[in-house]
Amino acid sequence: MEAGALSAFLAMGGYAAYVWPAFAVTAVVLIGLLVASVRSVRCREADLARLRAELREKSEDPTGEA
Amino acid sequence: MHRYANPGRVLRLSRTLVPWLGAATALLIAAGAYLALVASPADYQQGESVRIMYVHVPAAWMAMFCYAILAGASAVGLIWKHPVAELAAKATAPIGASFTFLALLTGSLWGKPMWGTWWVWDARLTSVLILFFLYLGYMALHSAFDDPARGAKAAAIMALVGFVNVPIIKFSVDWWYTLHQPASVFRIGGPTIDASMLLPLGVMAAGFTTYYFYVVLLRLRAEIVAGKIKALRLRQVYG
Amino acid sequence: MTAMKAFWRTVGRDLQLALRQGMDSFTAVVFFVLAVVLFPFGVGPEPAVLARIAPGVIWVAALLASMLSLERLFQLDYEDGSLELLALAPLPLEAAVGAKITAHWLTTGLPLIVAAPVLAVLLQMDAAGFVALVAALALGTPLLSLIGAIGAALVLGARRGGVLLSLLVLPLYIPVLIFGVAAVDAAVFGFAVRPHLMVLSGLLLAALVLVPWVTAAALRQALE
Repeated sequence: MEAGALSAFLAMGGYAAYVWPAFAVTAVVLIGLLVASVRSVRCREADLARLRAELREKSEDPTGEA
Repeated sequence: MHRYANPGRVLRLSRTLVPWLGAATALLIAAGAYLALVASPADYQQGESVRIMYVHVPAAWMAMFCYAILAGASAVGLIWKHPVAELAAKATAPIGASFTFLALLTGSLWGKPMWGTWWVWDARLTSVLILFFLYLGYMALHSAFDDPARGAKAAAIMALVGFVNVPIIKFSVDWWYTLHQPASVFRIGGPTIDASMLLPLGVMAAGFTTYYFYVVLLRLRAEIVAGKIKALRLRQVYG
Repeated sequence: MTAMKAFWRTVGRDLQLALRQGMDSFTAVVFFVLAVVLFPFGVGPEPAVLARIAPGVIWVAALLASMLSLERLFQLDYEDGSLELLALAPLPLEAAVGAKITAHWLTTGLPLIVAAPVLAVLLQMDAAGFVALVAALALGTPLLSLIGAIGAALVLGARRGGVLLSLLVLPLYIPVLIFGVAAVDAAVFGFAVRPHLMVLSGLLLAALVLVPWVTAAALRQALE
């Protein structure tokens, strides 16, 4: 794309101040929610794996009271 | 439906579907954005600002779609004590609230050049604002109890009460709006939808829908794993 | 007939409790008057402006005032355990809920209806709207008590119950507000009042059927 066409595209016919924020905010909100969801899954799955490992250790340890 | 009352089965389903849904979401939204921003014509009346419609309208659709799912899952959870449906309702609420927020914000960004003001008490925008409050109420009620099971039940009842009220609110807001018809006649959605607009709109809506299923399955997985962690912790303490 | 008697006994008990607390039952109407009286200070004393906004101001103040006492609708009974007795009593919980809502309306809704014409005079409202205002409030305030009861039952035992209650209930009050104000405005401007009152009656009938049932379900899950 040549420079003139690109700047015309970015100008959005004078509506750049409305069109780009609308798309940008949509992207930020959707990506933010996705990242937060992926993180909580990873975090909790790691917690679960750690807990399971702990429980396994305890049950294999013959002197363990628990 | 009762097949999916088993959390383990849902976890497996989530693991197989999530990568596919993620890929589909990325593809559809990228294609939708390209169609919306580059490959579609500007409106003869609204100019380039009409491109905001391609995120605004699908977001508003998703806001309603998510509320319907929220109410449906709440009903299934209440009636059949379906554990996964309860969690699905909880997982849906933040996604629906986000789409509602986006519909409001992009509507405002579209209203400024079209109406000359950021906010107009237009019947549709007002209904979406009330829907946003219903989502906030649901989430606040869900998290307001020390016992999560109580929160889930109370919030489920609230979701159903809200669902019954949504048509009444919509009807009354429309009535109120016709009583106070403002002087300006330019309304959002005013231009008749041209065939060239349907494709970007449809692709974007499909992308938002797969996004919903992608994120809801992820959040559902997080909830199920959290439940397992709680059960294991209890076993650690009392076992 | 014993069911009827038990219903009215519950209403009487709640009324007695409210009266024993003396000033407490008047808080709603005092709040209503004060909130409306604030408006002339906010928008200025110009009669034309006040007359134009009077129906809306009175209705919004009525909404907020009837919400004030909602939190206590089931709270005391929940805390001292008498709610469990109500749930086990021979009178169905749905009817007991109806009795408690009736008592709530008698102690908050009815005083608001009595106070509203006085406030309408203070706000210079056109005399043509008075009958419509009282009629709309007579249909609307029971609706507010009914809708509010669902919220009051849902927030039992919740943290920050009061704020939560307003977040849950106020959006559901909007149709009542719209048609209540529309009825008064129609009377003031000389349009037909009937359709608005008909809609309010329809909403009231639907709420009378559905609310006791939903509220009883909400109370049962709170008692589990």
